[in-house]
Amino acid sequence: MARYILQRLGYMIITLFIIATVSFFLMKLMPGSPLGAAQEKLSESQLEIVLDKYGLNDPIPVQYYTYMKNLVQGDLGVSFQFDNREVTGILLDRFGPSLQLGLQALILGSVIGILFGLIAAVYHNGVIDFTSTIIAVLGTSIPSFVFAGLLQYYIGVKLEWLPVATWDGFEYSILPTIALAIFPLATSARFMRTEMVEVLGSDFITTARAKGVGKFGVVFKHGLRNALIPLITIMGPMAVSLLTGTLVIEKIFGVPGIGDQFVNSITQNDYPIIMGTTLFFAFFFILVILIIDILYGIVDPRIRLTGGDK
Amino acid sequence: MKKSNWLLLVFGLVLTLFLAACSGGDDSDSSSEGSDSEGNAEESSAEQVLNLIEVDEIPSMDPSMATDAIAFQWLGATMEGLYRLGENGEVKPGIATDHEVSEDSLTWTFNLREDATWSNGDPVTAHDFVYSWRRAVDPDTGSSYGPYMMGGVIKNATAINQGEMDVEELGVKAEDDYTLVVELENPTPYFESLATFGTYLPLNQAFVEEQGDQFALEADTILYNGPFTMTEWNHNQNFVIEKNPDYWDADSVDLEKINLDIVKDTSTAVNMYETGEIDRVGLSAEYVDQYAGDERMRVIEEPTLFYLKMNQTRSEALANLNVRKAIQLAIDKQGYTDVILNNGSVVAGGLVPANFVNHPETGEDFREINGDLVPVVDKEKAKEYWNKALEELGTDSVEIEMLGDDGESAEKTAEYFQEQLQSTLPGLTIKIKSVPFQERIRLNEEMDYDLQVSGWGPDYIDPLTFMNLFVTDGPNNNMGYSNEKYDELIASTSGELAQDPAARWDAFLEAEKILIQEDAAISPLYQRARTQLWDQDIQGVIVNPAGPQYEYKWAHIE
Repeated sequence: MARYILQRLGYMIITLFIIATVSFFLMKLMPGSPLGAAQEKLSESQLEIVLDKYGLNDPIPVQYYTYMKNLVQGDLGVSFQFDNREVTGILLDRFGPSLQLGLQALILGSVIGILFGLIAAVYHNGVIDFTSTIIAVLGTSIPSFVFAGLLQYYIGVKLEWLPVATWDGFEYSILPTIALAIFPLATSARFMRTEMVEVLGSDFITTARAKGVGKFGVVFKHGLRNALIPLITIMGPMAVSLLTGTLVIEKIFGVPGIGDQFVNSITQNDYPIIMGTTLFFAFFFILVILIIDILYGIVDPRIRLTGGDK
Repeated sequence: MKKSNWLLLVFGLVLTLFLAACSGGDDSDSSSEGSDSEGNAEESSAEQVLNLIEVDEIPSMDPSMATDAIAFQWLGATMEGLYRLGENGEVKPGIATDHEVSEDSLTWTFNLREDATWSNGDPVTAHDFVYSWRRAVDPDTGSSYGPYMMGGVIKNATAINQGEMDVEELGVKAEDDYTLVVELENPTPYFESLATFGTYLPLNQAFVEEQGDQFALEADTILYNGPFTMTEWNHNQNFVIEKNPDYWDADSVDLEKINLDIVKDTSTAVNMYETGEIDRVGLSAEYVDQYAGDERMRVIEEPTLFYLKMNQTRSEALANLNVRKAIQLAIDKQGYTDVILNNGSVVAGGLVPANFVNHPETGEDFREINGDLVPVVDKEKAKEYWNKALEELGTDSVEIEMLGDDGESAEKTAEYFQEQLQSTLPGLTIKIKSVPFQERIRLNEEMDYDLQVSGWGPDYIDPLTFMNLFVTDGPNNNMGYSNEKYDELIASTSGELAQDPAARWDAFLEAEKILIQEDAAISPLYQRARTQLWDQDIQGVIVNPAGPQYEYKWAHIE
């Protein structure tokens, strides 16, 4: 197991290196410059001095070499848009709220979703099934900004039950969490239902029933475990997309998260932050995939991580 | 069947409890973090506290590095330069009490007050200005606004920035601790108002050097000498501005505290205003109708002017004077401000905005004297010019590209202009090219466009801040406009006419006519306004024409 994880970490470094290289050159193809509107005010020779100062006049391979050299030493550089602020600090600052929001939404969404899916499957074609299908369809098809806007208006402004926006403690995270949880809820409900219906129809369930296992036992002991495997597969990418922040929800609820920062840095051509966030997201994604792979083995021992190793 | 129903229900309940427990845990966790902010919310019902939003994080609190409105806003609130802008752009005493100007207008001697201190107790001296100004033009600093604001104004600023001279050669000296002598490159009648600008703020050398890389990155790595200090700065989230008890004029400051949350979305801000969490909100076009007639609404006219740039170097048609004249007249600008912008913006008839500068003797407004140099719209006349132009060009169809970006209402703007121009001028095809903002800046720089809507806000209170844009090869020209007479007139305002305010004024009036009427170099569009909702008990907030947008020093809550 340890060897397997080490091996995977080795691949991870290679993958990150490739991602860093590709994104660096792609990023440099982006139109515009990080100086933005300020450069409109400068004469050409003044502009050259500023560009020189930030090394933006060097040939791109030289810039790449410098960046990679610093990266290996763990230095992600300083931001352009937030003058002189370290990228690492900005990423850590802004990842916190996104992580909290993402975790809350993931737990809320998937637990309720799984429950919905389960109930719908057990009573499939019944009223509950019908209701949960409607919720699933609505949840996947209503854009999150519409839902977020409705939540904010009715619960925040009309009822004044919860703060409208900004980030000042747990009560401020409730509305964005709900808005963010709708998609994982709908998705996991839909998956769960389909899988569960299939599993409950299979031979081993009939056998279990024949042996006198109660309904509870059939559903949770025999059914759930098997139905979870495909769900875990989609949970990985879903977790990553939730935890790495979403521009829309963060903007609407004034959450200082990393999703907003990422998009912002792209429109501002803030190269060090674009690189930093890309690498950070990539690292996170690879890590989550690794965890998912390990989880498979726990949920279903038939899926082996290592060929015959202990 | 029934039994298992119960089981499921119980399971569901257990899960719900588990969830509740989870979030309960989070609650106790974060309520400790949130406790001081709750404290804020309670205090905000007390007197003299403003709750506002800012639309983005402060990019920089370093006066030498600041380049944008948000930075200059909060630098202006927490720091003070030689002077400060008061009501109607009037210059009020700051760290300087007064000044003398030499006969040739090139040497300005400022007398500084002796009771001004930094927030660490150090006195604010003339040396702080010398250090800061040198730092701003030093090429090693990499400042954009240093060379922009000081180049051509302070003696040797440009040469130092280009590395041709030592930074000590900059035309600024501390004669003693409280006398600052500034040598200018050219006579600069507006230097007073320039000295209120963020780039000209002083810096405490010992402190800046001690902080090194960390300078101005956090609330406690900045020294303040203004009416307020920043006491808390949670990046991208919120910050707190509080009255500075050590400010030399603290008696004039009523406001105790300004709480600022960073909220980027307009509807979110409006919702926060509706629940009373904030005291002022800016409205976008769709909200203006919704709140029409509301007595909390204030329309704030800005001296920011938007115009259509017509690049004469790329399109053969735009090099033709009659084509440009036709374009000036073909667009119904009233329809544009009323329907597309709908934020209180008004049609502009020239380059220098209304209510911005007044005649040095009669006090009459610049715009009033020069009037509307182009009518709001005159489609008949436009057609006449157009037919003449087609004849001169020897063609019956012309294609022109219109460059737009991804900003607010940019798409609607491009489509409106396209429709107006094409329907008025037969044979004209407008091709719209939409690019990201940063790319538009680059294309502008490389003069790779035909038409584009561009805007300019003043950096100091003088017609020159606008008129300077279109001198030959000026960094902002970027459309191949060149007129010797225009250049001469503009140069004379910083030369032989610099000491004759009335004649200098006439030069600006004439230059504007040349630019817009004779040469039809640009087509003025509109002067921007902001529509906002304000809590009615907020009084005395000054909206500045240049520098920090709002001045809170004299603000109070009734």
